[in-house]
Amino acid sequence: MTLAPGDVAFDVEFRGITKRFGPLVAVNRVDLQVNKGEFLSLLGPSGCGKTTSLRMIAGFEQPDEGELLIGGTDAVGVPPYRRNVNTVFQSYALFPHMSVIDNVAYGLKQRGTGKAERIRLSGEALELVQLTGRQDHRPSMLSGGQQQRVALARALVMHPQVLLLDEPLGALDLKLRKEMQVELKRIQEQVGITFIYVTHDQEEALSMSDRVAVMSNGVIEQLDEPRVIYDNPRTSFVAEFIGDMNFLSGVVTEKVGGQFIVDAGGGVVIRGHGAASRGSSVRVGIRPERMTALPGSPEQQANSAKATVLSKMYLGDQIQISVSLANGQRIIVREQRASANPVLDVVYSGDEVLVSWDDKAPLLLEQTVPLQSSAEAEQYTPSEEAAVHASTEES
Amino acid sequence: MPRVSRAKAGFSVWAGVVFVFLYLPIAVMALFAFNKPSEAALVGFQGTDWCALPPDKIGNVSVWNGFTTCWFSAGLHDPSYVPAIITSAEIAALAAIIATCLGLCAALALARMKTKIRAPFDVLVYLTLVVPEIVVAVASLIFFVQLRNHVPFFPQLGFWTILIGQVVFNASLAMLVIRARFVGMGDTLEEAAYDLGSGPVSTFRQVTFPRLMPAIVASALLSFTFSFDDYVLPAFTNGTTNTWPIVLYSAVRFGITPAVNALATIMLALTAVAVIAVALVLRRSRSRTTSAPDAVGSSLGGMIGF
Ligand SMILES: Nc1ncnc2c1ncn2[C@@H]1O[C@H](COP(=O)(O)OP(=O)(O)OP(=O)(O)O)[C@@H](O)[C@H]1O
Ligand SMILES: [Mg+2]
Repeated sequence: MTLAPGDVAFDVEFRGITKRFGPLVAVNRVDLQVNKGEFLSLLGPSGCGKTTSLRMIAGFEQPDEGELLIGGTDAVGVPPYRRNVNTVFQSYALFPHMSVIDNVAYGLKQRGTGKAERIRLSGEALELVQLTGRQDHRPSMLSGGQQQRVALARALVMHPQVLLLDEPLGALDLKLRKEMQVELKRIQEQVGITFIYVTHDQEEALSMSDRVAVMSNGVIEQLDEPRVIYDNPRTSFVAEFIGDMNFLSGVVTEKVGGQFIVDAGGGVVIRGHGAASRGSSVRVGIRPERMTALPGSPEQQANSAKATVLSKMYLGDQIQISVSLANGQRIIVREQRASANPVLDVVYSGDEVLVSWDDKAPLLLEQTVPLQSSAEAEQYTPSEEAAVHASTEES
Repeated sequence: MPRVSRAKAGFSVWAGVVFVFLYLPIAVMALFAFNKPSEAALVGFQGTDWCALPPDKIGNVSVWNGFTTCWFSAGLHDPSYVPAIITSAEIAALAAIIATCLGLCAALALARMKTKIRAPFDVLVYLTLVVPEIVVAVASLIFFVQLRNHVPFFPQLGFWTILIGQVVFNASLAMLVIRARFVGMGDTLEEAAYDLGSGPVSTFRQVTFPRLMPAIVASALLSFTFSFDDYVLPAFTNGTTNTWPIVLYSAVRFGITPAVNALATIMLALTAVAVIAVALVLRRSRSRTTSAPDAVGSSLGGMIGF
């Protein structure tokens, strides 16, 4: 399991790390392996433990349990100033009493780099983040985006093994944010440093990262490439947090090979791929864009259901309708308007439609094997339970 | 536009009135340092130096009698005035330095303590500020006398006991002033410094201390002023040492001469020169990078007010 130093596969590794604040468990037995040179995002709702995880890597917090390895060596107890890791703080934390260039050169000065060299390297770092000509200004004289660049340059100039970024774009407006996302990605590819990026913006995480770790309540629910996270969410939480998802619950009536058939009530039958055991209650997710709606009410069969249109909405390049199924469940169907003849254009609220999907669309998210009665199958299951189910399902 | 400028004019006038109210008494004080003894008092006076008249013989000097500069030399040659001023200045300077150092240490320690441990210290600090000074003075007197009975090398009532009293009060004050800024600063800047590889000592030197500088300067100046003109505590614990306020109060009993005005005017002039010099130095260092001159400058500006 342990690798010889110098021959390390991971820049950062969490082994069963737990961090508590009093009774609150901020990070709960987390395992995480960050590859060299990778852009990894920690994504999750407020309070799920993203910042706490980052602060443990930086050395501002110490884990209560577990092992933390940076570059293959144990980092527990090593103070922040002896770690080859730098942070871009959410609030930038620029030194207000120093000029821009002195801010950027601060770390090099601590290292004992000579003055001329310091200035040269800092100048280069400022060039990298495309902020030149403001070297002698105080941070307070810069705009938010410029301060953000200074903070980034100040960390990059150190050439750390790992760069930690805690919602670095949080304070910027949408347009500047988009620009900076592209910039950050460019810089990361240019310098080849491992980035660990904290955000609660899913679009940001999905568009920039090599891998995304979706966190909730102190645990990593899923760690995968952005495409996999979107196409194959493993838990209800991930399915719901990333993009939009329709949920249908029911009991597995049949299981043939790798297929299952779920009766969701009201004549709604779902057929999909996945390992579900017969008689268990399951929750199935289907993305709105994987569903189609046809006007009229032809025969209802597996993976199609009669529905009544409740409302219609134009979302720029998409049309979205909200429908009510025969079992009373409300779901959302979405269609690209780019298609030659958008069907939903001629659908109005109150119309009868047939909603259908192919058998690759349903995602099996949770499964409860019945003990006595499984009346709670309809019930909404809280996400931490989902995590437990998901992990038991795996083992 | 006219409305705006009328409002502006109104505010300017108001500001002018406030400044007159604040500084007119000082101007009058300085003016009367040049006042001659009254004509009636000078009738039959033989010598050359009018200001050598005893205090009860100079007549009414609260009205303008004519111009003279002799009070300045009279004040500077008075056997008790100048030494008392020097004593007061020495005590005030020492008290300011010691109290600010203690206050700084206490502020740094207390700000990051758990509330439970911090509470008793906070109570002690506030107590030294809210207990009436006369109570502290009596208590200090008894304490110092008793202590000397038991600890022979403890200094006699005098310079050092006055200093101790001043330090206790001003350290509490400095602690509050510095801690307010320290807490307001937050710890992200220090974390950023750690993150960039500077250890605790160099972080303190390069980040924390420069950021605290305005508060440190402000509390040193406040401490100096407070102890320079404090009367009650020194009056109880002075032994045979006389501070400037003590000398002045006792002089009131025999009648104050314009020599006091003259000395006050000299002190005022010295203070003004010092403040201007400091402001100039700070302005020059503003272009340099490793201090926090703007903040110091502005708090200094505030200090000139009193
Ligand atoms: N110093 C602390 N003392 C006590 N509780 C803390 C402390 N720091 C964090 N917590 C708690 O730990 C939990 C996780 O906090 P954390 O800051 O890691 O969340 P986050 O995922 O970064 O959220 P956000 O997106 O809002 O920044 C929260 O419930 C928070 O209240
Ligand atoms: Mg956070």
